[in-house]
Amino acid sequence: MPDVQTDKIPVTVLTGYLGAGKTTLLNRILSEPHGKKFAVVVNEFGEIGIDNDLVVGADEEVFEMNNGCICCTVRGDLIRIIDGLLKRKGEFDGIIVETTGLADPAPVAQTFFVDETVGAKTTLDAVVTVADAKWLKDRLKDAPEAKNQIAFADVILLNKTDLVTESELKDVELRIRAINPFARIHHTQRSNIAIDRVLGQGAFDLERITAIDPDFLEGGHKHFHDEEMKSVSFSSDKPLDPDRFFPWIQELVQREGINILRSKGILAFKDDPDRFVFQGVHMILDGDHQRPWGADEARLSRIVFIGRQLDTAALEKGFRACIA
Amino acid sequence: MPPLPPTPPAAPSSLTSKLRPLDLGGEAVGVRFLGQVALFATGNGALVLAEAGEPRRIAAHRGAILSVAGDARRVLTGGDDGRVVATLGDGSSTTLAEQKGRWIDAVASGPDGAFAWSAGKTAHFHPVKGEPKTLDLPSTVAGLAFAPKGTRLAIAHYNGVTLWFPNAVATPEFLEWKGSHRGVLWHPEGKFLVTTMQEPALHGWRLPEGAHMRMSGYPSRVRSMQFTAGGRYLATSGSTEVILWPFMSREGPMGKQPTMVGQRDMRVSAVACHPKEEIVACGYEDGMVLLIRINDGAEILLRAPAASPITALAWRGDGGAVAMGTEDGKAGLVIL
Repeated sequence: MPDVQTDKIPVTVLTGYLGAGKTTLLNRILSEPHGKKFAVVVNEFGEIGIDNDLVVGADEEVFEMNNGCICCTVRGDLIRIIDGLLKRKGEFDGIIVETTGLADPAPVAQTFFVDETVGAKTTLDAVVTVADAKWLKDRLKDAPEAKNQIAFADVILLNKTDLVTESELKDVELRIRAINPFARIHHTQRSNIAIDRVLGQGAFDLERITAIDPDFLEGGHKHFHDEEMKSVSFSSDKPLDPDRFFPWIQELVQREGINILRSKGILAFKDDPDRFVFQGVHMILDGDHQRPWGADEARLSRIVFIGRQLDTAALEKGFRACIA
Repeated sequence: MPPLPPTPPAAPSSLTSKLRPLDLGGEAVGVRFLGQVALFATGNGALVLAEAGEPRRIAAHRGAILSVAGDARRVLTGGDDGRVVATLGDGSSTTLAEQKGRWIDAVASGPDGAFAWSAGKTAHFHPVKGEPKTLDLPSTVAGLAFAPKGTRLAIAHYNGVTLWFPNAVATPEFLEWKGSHRGVLWHPEGKFLVTTMQEPALHGWRLPEGAHMRMSGYPSRVRSMQFTAGGRYLATSGSTEVILWPFMSREGPMGKQPTMVGQRDMRVSAVACHPKEEIVACGYEDGMVLLIRINDGAEILLRAPAASPITALAWRGDGGAVAMGTEDGKAGLVIL
C-alpha cells in the first residue's frame, strides 16, 4: 500500500561557489546513517558517490513567468522534475536540489512560491550555502554569483577552516555578516556537519519565524561594509497601521524587487492581537497572522531587507510612515 | 452503448452502483483502453489491466511512469527508468527504446505504428521502417503530439512549439510564444494546435498561417484537455467547471465566450471526451466524476466525491465504459 502522505515534502537548496565543498556535503548527507532517504536533483552527474536511484539530472532552465513580475524567473526543469518525483512520493523523505556553482538561488526559491502544485506538495526548507573559508573573500570581489549565494542563504557552512588562520577566519566571517547578518553560520572542515543543522531548518516556514536578530558582530558591519550588497533592518515598538504597511511593502517590492533578494518581518499591527509574519524573495511576498503576542512579549515590529543598492534612508522613512 | 436520458432528470442521475473500484498501488498517471481492457499507468511503474475478473498487474517500468500515449493497438509509456515500453491488451510488453540514466519525459503515438519520445532537449522519432531520427531543441521537451494526418510532430518547449517533419528535408517550423509550454494537442482536422502553459492559460495557433489564440482566465494550470468528437469544442480542466472553447468556425475561439458545464465549488482535474457524441467525462479534485452532455448540461454521477483528485480519465473506444484513476492510487471502471 502506498503511504498516504499528508505533510509537505521538505526541499533543501544546496548552493556554493565552485570547489567550496558542496558535493562533499551532499555525499555526507546521503551516506550518513540517519535512516532517511532523499531524492537529489543534481547538475553534474557522476560526482555523487552514492548509489541512489532517486538522483535526477537537471539542466537549470530558467524562464520568466508571464505574470507581470519582471524579475519573476523560475526553474522550469525543477517544476517538471518535482512533478515527476511526486509520482513516487512515499519513497523518500526529502528533496535536495544542488545548484551549479554559478547559479543564482532566486529562481530556485521562487519556483516554490510560483507553481501551485510544487507549492502545495513541497515546502522550501532552507537555502544552504557552502563557502570556502580561504577563497570566499576573493570570490566576493570578483564573482557576483558568490555574493548572491551568501546573501540568499539561511545556513552557511564556512568550510575548509583548516586552511586558514583564526584571524583570517574571523575576517571572512565579518565579510559574510556584512552581507547577511541573519544566516546561521557553521565552521566546518571537509563539509563535516551534523545533518540536523543543515536539513529541517524551516527557514521559509512562517510558523517558525520566531525572532529576527541580526548578528552584527562587534563592529563587523562597519569594518567591512559591502557597498553593493548589504542588509538593513528597522524596528519599532509602536504598532503599525496595516492600511499603510501593505500598500507600502507591495509597491516597494514591485519597484525595487530586482534589488531586494530577501525580506522578512515580524509585525505588530494596531488593534490586532496576533503577530503578523512575512517573508519575500525579490517581488514575491508570503505573509500571514501567526500567533497571538504573548502577555509579557514586547510588541516589537522588525523588518529586514537583504539586497543590492538598498537606499537605507528611504526604506527607513517608508517603514516609519507605517507607524499608526 | 447506453444513451443518456433524453431529458435532464430533476435529481442528478447516478450510476455509482455500476462503479467497479480497483486498487492501483500507486498514483494513476494515465489510463487508456485497448478494446475492452482498461490499462492504468501508475507512479510505481506498474500497468494495471482491468476488464472482467481480477485486475492484472504488469511491472512495465522500474520507477515511475511519467508519460502515456498510444493507439488502438498498444499503450506506450515513458518512465523515469529511461525506457519507452509498448504494452498490448494481452499484457505483453516490449521495450521500444532506452536511454540509461535519463527520464523519458514525453511519448507520442504516430500514424501506422510510428512513435516519438523525448529525454531532456532531444526528441526522437522512430518510423515503422528505417532508422530512428532525432532533433535537438533549444530547451527541454515538455510535450509531443503527432498531427492527425501525415508525419508531422509538434514539440512543446520553452517559448513555443516546433513542428518537425521527420521524413522530410524541410527545416522544422517554429511557432513562437513566450513562456513555458507543456502539453500539446492537435485539432482532429489539423487546423489548430493548442498548448497548456505553465501559466494558467492555453495558447493556440491557427494553421497554417500561425495566427495566435490566447485562452486565459483559469484559476490554475490546465493539466487535461481534449477535443470533443468532431472537434467542435476543446474541453479543459483547471477551473471549477469544464471550460469548453468553441472551435466550430475557422477563427477558433477568438472573440467568443467558452461554454461552461459541470460547475461546482471544486476544481476540474481531468476531462475525457466521448468518442462519438458531445458528452464529456469530468473528474474533480475531490475524486468525483460526472458525465455531462454539452448541449444541455445534463449530468450523471459516476463516482462520488472521495479524497484524492482524479488524475486519469478515459472512455472506451465504443463509448461504452469510462475508466478513472486518482492521485492516491484508487481507480474505477464503469461499464455503462
